[in-house]
Amino acid sequence: MAHAAPTAAGFQDCRNIWVQTLEQLAEADPRIVAVVNDSVGSSKLNSFQKKFPDRLINVGIAEQVMVGVGAGLANGGRIPFVSAASCFITGRALEQVKADIAYANFNVKLVGQSSGIAYGELGATHHSIEDFAWLRPLTNLTVIVPADAWETAEAVKWAAGHEGPVYLRLSRMPVPDLDIPNRRFQPGVAETVRQGSDVTIIACGTTVHLAAGAADRLAAEGIAARVLNFSTLNPLDEQALNDAAATGAIVTVEEASVRGGLGGAVAEFTAAHRPVPVERVGFPGFLPTGSVDWLFKEYGLTPEGIAAAARRALARKG
Amino acid sequence: MPAPAAPMPAPLTNDTLALIRDKALWMRRTAFTMVHRAQLGHPGGDFSAMDILATLYFGVLTYDPKRPDWAERDRFVMSKGHATGALYATLCAAGYFPEDWLPTYMQPKSLLNGHPNRNYLPGVETNTGPLGHGFPVATGIAIAGQLTGASYRTFVLTGDGEQQEGSNWEAAMVAGHRKLKNLTLIIDRNRLQQGAGTEETSGLDPLDDKYRAFGFDVVEVNGHDHAALLATLAAPPGDRPRCVIANTIKGKGVSFMEGVASWHHGVPNDAQFDQAMKELV
Repeated sequence: MAHAAPTAAGFQDCRNIWVQTLEQLAEADPRIVAVVNDSVGSSKLNSFQKKFPDRLINVGIAEQVMVGVGAGLANGGRIPFVSAASCFITGRALEQVKADIAYANFNVKLVGQSSGIAYGELGATHHSIEDFAWLRPLTNLTVIVPADAWETAEAVKWAAGHEGPVYLRLSRMPVPDLDIPNRRFQPGVAETVRQGSDVTIIACGTTVHLAAGAADRLAAEGIAARVLNFSTLNPLDEQALNDAAATGAIVTVEEASVRGGLGGAVAEFTAAHRPVPVERVGFPGFLPTGSVDWLFKEYGLTPEGIAAAARRALARKG
Repeated sequence: MPAPAAPMPAPLTNDTLALIRDKALWMRRTAFTMVHRAQLGHPGGDFSAMDILATLYFGVLTYDPKRPDWAERDRFVMSKGHATGALYATLCAAGYFPEDWLPTYMQPKSLLNGHPNRNYLPGVETNTGPLGHGFPVATGIAIAGQLTGASYRTFVLTGDGEQQEGSNWEAAMVAGHRKLKNLTLIIDRNRLQQGAGTEETSGLDPLDDKYRAFGFDVVEVNGHDHAALLATLAAPPGDRPRCVIANTIKGKGVSFMEGVASWHHGVPNDAQFDQAMKELV
């Protein structure tokens, strides 16, 4: 597809591991079903459909009933993974996500595919950069943004075993596996990608490896930047945020709007508990036409752009 | 009147009709008492739906209030979630919670919220209130039953004005396409929404033809005739979902409320309450 970034060596489209993991789980647990809005291909569920034809429920292009059906399937004892482009499963069906899933507290897994600006040139209708702001305040809903293939698999496994609603925000943009020894997935606990105490870069999803690249550049300048993979946006790891504030300067990085998302969450926390300079890297709002690569560069979602934001945060440090 | 004991349903006899009649009367008096005490609620829609609820819970549904999570229970989804006077009176009468909870209706921290919350009250199948939510969820419940071959049936009650929400028609397409014979949609066709008639607001007729076109068996019934409701709702499933258009009267049972749109969320003063209690006997 024109809007997918080219795959560099060692980079993976995490949708492959998502569906491999789901199929393994579904083989072991007959309660697991998938619900889609005609998004079989874009959710990479073709092989799931072949293996479990009855357990792939395609409601057609109809997101409200898709999410409502998910709640009903949970009422009937199934474990539904409701999968669709994140712009539609959140924006189009937001009241169903709020009322039927989060408020009703049903055991439903919402899977937002091709999130952020993965649909690049298709424009703001297909970008999903508001989803963090929309979903982060919803009580009961765990919001997870895996950063790489390993974390995607772990998050899918955890979601299947967790009794309660989850939003998994997946991407179609290839990312490298993070080089972190002895990893253990813990929802609600930030993962340290780089150690450092001069400034903390808090990133999630597709931007974590870029933040690690920024820390490597800063290290060459003698700046020790801590990098956190902040893959759970609800609930927040407040201990990690407190420790980040103790470094005296924070940069947030997300493939999302800087308003209300990860940057908003961090700014809320620091303003309330431990005010420090916070530089937010992300998108300001509806974006101009452009490829994924161009938009990432244009808005500073690059190792150099993130390093520059860290320098700005350091300059503001008291 | 004490809450009845489980299990249901009772056999279809004249005793069943007498039970439904008695319960419907108790539920109307109870709901109006709750609304009068709280000075909040939606009594017009409570009363249009009450005979449908009484027929379901005392003549049709199989359930056990001591085991609200029983996997094989029949499901009833109250999509017109604002009619909590009706729903809570029903669930109390069915034995899901004690009568002394009723006076807490809409009081601070009450389990009897203005719209039903399944995490607060046993017997509530899903959270509703915003219109157009219950039918899609009921469709999912019916799909789960279809997948597993479960024996339970799923009933969902929507208002008629509620049918203006597009999500209902998404659900209708899915239910018709999947031939969900274990699903019954009941429409409380009182022909009034909160400010005016449905047909002058955004017309629904011909509602029967619409649902036939979506793949439903459609039955029209007098929504206050217990015998007719019982025969319709207890009928064995066909080969497709069923839509029961229950023709009702908003405010049914109290002379000054019947057919008056302002009783959608109107609440009674003391004199109106006393008058209603004299009529509901």
